[in-house]
Amino acid sequence: MFNYLVRRLFIALPSLLGISLILFTVLALAPGDPFSELANDPSIPPAVAAALRHKFGLDDPIYLRYFHWLVAMLHGDWGYSFASRVDVSTLILQRLPTTLYVLGASQILALCVALPVGVYAGVRPYSLGDQIASTLALIGFSIPTFFTGLVLILIFSIWLDWLPFVYRTDISATGFAWYWAYIKEAIMPVAVLGLFQGAVWTRFVRASVLDVVRLDYVTTARAKGLAEHTVVLKHITRNAMIPVVTLVALSMPIVFGGAVVTEQIFRVPGIGSLLISAILNNDTPVIMGVTFIFSCLVIVFNLIADLLYGWLDPRISYR
Amino acid sequence: MDATQLRAMIGKVKAGRLSRRAFVQRMAGLGLTAPFVNLMLAQEGFAAPASFDYKPTKAGGGGTLRTLWWEGPTLLNPHFAVGTKDQDGSRIFYEPLAGWDPDGNLVPVLAAEVPDAKKGTVSADGKAVTWKLKRGVKWHDGQPFTADDCVFNWQYASDPATAATSIGTYKDIKVEKVDDYTIKVEFPKPTPFWATAFVGAQFGQIIPKHLFEKYKGGNSREAPANLAPVGTGPYMFVDFKPGDLVRGKRNPNYHMPNRPYFDLIEMKGGGEAVSAARAVLQTGEYDFAWNLQVEDEILKRLEQGGHGQILITPTGNIEHIEINQTDPWQTVDGQRSSIKTTHPFLTDPAVKEALNLLVDRASVQQFIYGRTGVATANFVNNPERFRSRDTHYEFNIQKAIAILDRGGWKPGSDGIREKNGVKLKLVFQTSVNGPRQKNQEIVKEACQKAGIAMELKAILASVFFSSDVGNPDTYRKFYSDLQMFTTVMGQPDPQEFMRQFLSNEVAQKENKWQGRNVTRWRNPEYDALFAAAENELDAVKRATLFIKMNDMVVNDVVVIPEIYRPGVSGVANGLNVWISGWDSNFWALQDWYRNA
Amino acid sequence: MAGSTPASPTAEVPLAAAAPLIAAAAAPRKTLGGEAWRRFRRHRLAVASALVLALMTFAVLFGSLIWPVPINAIDFAAHLQGPSLAHPLGTDDLGQDLLARMLYGGRISLAVGFASMVIAVLVGTLVGAVAGSSRSATDTGLVWLIDLFLSLPQLPLLLLLIYLFRASLRKLAGLEIGTFILIVVVIGGFRWMSVARLVRAEFLSLREKEFVEAARALGAPQWRLVMHHILPNAFGPVIVAATIEVANAIIAESTLSFLGLGFPPDVPSWGRILYDAQDYLDIAPHWALFAGGAIFLTVMAINYVGDGLRDALDPRRVL
Repeated sequence: MFNYLVRRLFIALPSLLGISLILFTVLALAPGDPFSELANDPSIPPAVAAALRHKFGLDDPIYLRYFHWLVAMLHGDWGYSFASRVDVSTLILQRLPTTLYVLGASQILALCVALPVGVYAGVRPYSLGDQIASTLALIGFSIPTFFTGLVLILIFSIWLDWLPFVYRTDISATGFAWYWAYIKEAIMPVAVLGLFQGAVWTRFVRASVLDVVRLDYVTTARAKGLAEHTVVLKHITRNAMIPVVTLVALSMPIVFGGAVVTEQIFRVPGIGSLLISAILNNDTPVIMGVTFIFSCLVIVFNLIADLLYGWLDPRISYR
Repeated sequence: MDATQLRAMIGKVKAGRLSRRAFVQRMAGLGLTAPFVNLMLAQEGFAAPASFDYKPTKAGGGGTLRTLWWEGPTLLNPHFAVGTKDQDGSRIFYEPLAGWDPDGNLVPVLAAEVPDAKKGTVSADGKAVTWKLKRGVKWHDGQPFTADDCVFNWQYASDPATAATSIGTYKDIKVEKVDDYTIKVEFPKPTPFWATAFVGAQFGQIIPKHLFEKYKGGNSREAPANLAPVGTGPYMFVDFKPGDLVRGKRNPNYHMPNRPYFDLIEMKGGGEAVSAARAVLQTGEYDFAWNLQVEDEILKRLEQGGHGQILITPTGNIEHIEINQTDPWQTVDGQRSSIKTTHPFLTDPAVKEALNLLVDRASVQQFIYGRTGVATANFVNNPERFRSRDTHYEFNIQKAIAILDRGGWKPGSDGIREKNGVKLKLVFQTSVNGPRQKNQEIVKEACQKAGIAMELKAILASVFFSSDVGNPDTYRKFYSDLQMFTTVMGQPDPQEFMRQFLSNEVAQKENKWQGRNVTRWRNPEYDALFAAAENELDAVKRATLFIKMNDMVVNDVVVIPEIYRPGVSGVANGLNVWISGWDSNFWALQDWYRNA
Repeated sequence: MAGSTPASPTAEVPLAAAAPLIAAAAAPRKTLGGEAWRRFRRHRLAVASALVLALMTFAVLFGSLIWPVPINAIDFAAHLQGPSLAHPLGTDDLGQDLLARMLYGGRISLAVGFASMVIAVLVGTLVGAVAGSSRSATDTGLVWLIDLFLSLPQLPLLLLLIYLFRASLRKLAGLEIGTFILIVVVIGGFRWMSVARLVRAEFLSLREKEFVEAARALGAPQWRLVMHHILPNAFGPVIVAATIEVANAIIAESTLSFLGLGFPPDVPSWGRILYDAQDYLDIAPHWALFAGGAIFLTVMAINYVGDGLRDALDPRRVL
């Protein structure tokens, strides 16, 4: 297993390089322009935008631009945003705490929903509880987040007037009120993301529990007279965790990357909204910065998942 | 609203319980123009207002002013501003010499007075303007504001290495210091519209020399003050997160008495227009929301929330359909829409005239824009002195059919009209935007009824308006038959605006599609009119020339003007704001206050 | 012996885990298919759902014959009306008939939903199966591919793909079909990675299980092991993923057209109707209700058909 880890980490380097090259090429070829806003104002000569493009090196050949980016990156310089002329690392760091807080909380909520509900539904398939859970889960992921977000706003901000729907990072209150304000404004975005993710995961947990529940050793455990909760926790859940680990590992990088739609609805200043505006502006350094960290996380978390498989099911061998 | 209610309201204005401006704005909401309302007030015995009606008798004490921009500013150096959001963000801290009021008149800010030909501060040959600066103005860090700062701004912006977006305004002029509080701006040729440099939020905001001196040119990006502005404005910098938040606190040494009223200002960015309107009109979470491009039906519904109302401001923005004069489906010299080609049917008078009759402007106004758009036949709508009275529009499918029939365009077997094997099939493109897509559908349906087939295309705004040469979907390339968008007239003068029909401005591969003329219409008569207007120093004659130009492009159906779009903001009840369509939303931020 | 599932409504005597492999070797395949069909029919919800799906397909294909109202006829006098005799599902803000638009939009949504799901699931299963059952080099390469696709920012790539291929596909297949192919490939092509990771994880675990070992000991060739022993046991998560993908693709299609990348803006689809309706949710709730309901009904029906299929094909035959 140690050899396996070393080999995977060793492969990670060239694969990151390859990913960055492909990323950069896609971004450079994709249509768009950081200065498009200048364009529909006729009092600004078009030459101004062209000069800016030239100054920022957007007219250089792609391989040259990539090379410059790579060399700077190796020196720890992430470049600066064309749109705000601020260092990319500053922009990302500014938005990281909010992203981790909101997205992290929503993933935890999703797990807290999915694990118990999914296991319960899987252990008692087609029972009334399972039917209710299934229906709710199906509603959960067939309604898009932009819509659930809006419905929540209508109910909790407008009709009941309980929660604010604009996320603010500059809360002036102190002490307990400060914490409460921070929690209050995060409730809706966390609920929208967490329940959507939770609905999806519930289905997967249920399916994998259903697979395990019928295996011989579960029957054996029951036959041995073990208590039902011991059977469920020790024998069923652990072995049903492989798909769950896979899915959680897949969604961990998103905790860093943010969630565009929800961030937009609630004005959460997370990395998702930074990325989407950078993409719409073709702000290459910012997109490269964010996606590069994102791909590192993808690789790391998928590797962690692979290692966890071995822990969950010791028979899995690393070849 | 009936006559009694109206009279009651006028009574309120008289008693001072309703500001005159608020009254005019409310009337504008009912579709009455400002001159008409002013006339109404004049009959009731009111004199025209000299300025905004500012009530507070001391500075401060107003608490926090919360404003919402659904696109947050990404930078705070006004010389780098890419869009109005950036200009607005920096305008909290920085000021120009003068700003534009809603009627397109200059109002001094950092200038002691507005230059005037009668006082000799605008030269008779139209080649020089002298600005007298206000004395005793201090930057937020206590340094005095002087003529050196103005001269420096010119040097800073005109240096190509600085990469300023304001370079177009400053590169051809010369700025001279006459004394510590006087500067002279010189133009290379007679310039009837001289109020560009140092004027308005777009290009006029002045940054301090002592903080930016070291950062002129190639290292402009490294200036610490880019992210922490030090200006002369009503609020001092507290905090900035690009794209998300700008915060300021009251400037205790502000140069206008008793101002500003609020202690703190917050400008939050992000989200989209509908929810911004919601936060001001329906829940009152915020005090002011910028640029509410939302269907009026929704705005009306949100206003029922009772926390605020929308505010309509005249601008020069026009939603219009452009008609390609060249053939977008034929490739010549590696480009489509080349001026070496002619459009197979869009230059045919019958087709042009029919199309003009098939655009249902009244319905577009009534069912999409409502109070936030006015159907128009003119390309130039504001300021009023430039508006043509000789144009008109009509929606008439029968008439369009008759014209097409007369022009020899007969319906083919598929119902689509054709002539000499050419079918009336059009591709109609625009940017992705809710109201615009509905507008497209309305045009398409009418055309269908008249036997013109239309394919609709919507392009992501950032792609449509981009200027990268490799991208085929930009509006400048215009690789389709028709296209629709709003073009912005940033200044209360149509000169730069009307350049977009000049023959030498045609966008082509040869100039990397950087010309302003995207319809590729060429007319020597128009070019001559424009040249004359450029040098005409008599304001009335000049306005007449621009009206003539407007009539030419409208009557020749080069463009189909559709909706003139005023500025729309959401304002909380009790908040008094003074907004101008010719300047930043914050052009008179120092005057904003809340009713006690 | 496989464990009995306590709450299963139609519990049968379960067969040995290794039984299907013996059965597969001995009995002709027709019987297996017949057996699966028999078991599927006993799953009442699944049969009902299949009927619902068939009905919906029929309605969107032939509904316009029974309800011959043009989808783009504008009638301002009747805008935002609730359901009535003249407009059974009401009208939108341009006074267009929503029933006609729902019927037309259903063609696009159902076709895109199914086709993208099939692509995502097929590609995902293929990549996951090959990675999970092969030796290190292939596995590493495929894992790299999965990581690459996971870390690509989708929006710029979409813009690029559409701008590169739209014109040529249109020439090749016409406007509608060309756009359809592009959308389906794009949505499917971006959604197979989680399926692949899930299938790979299942394979890693299953290939070490006793019944696979047994089959291997009996001398079954690799492809046979995969096709007959491992793959059917990995179906659980795949079927869940398939249901989620359909919902996802229907929503994604509307996002694409909102970005100007999908069908022309005047062509309705369920996702697009839902998107357009969101701002009118408190003025004209019927507008969003029918589109949202249709998506939910589809997802629910597919889910139950999926459940039925899984139970029918399950080598352990619980139901």
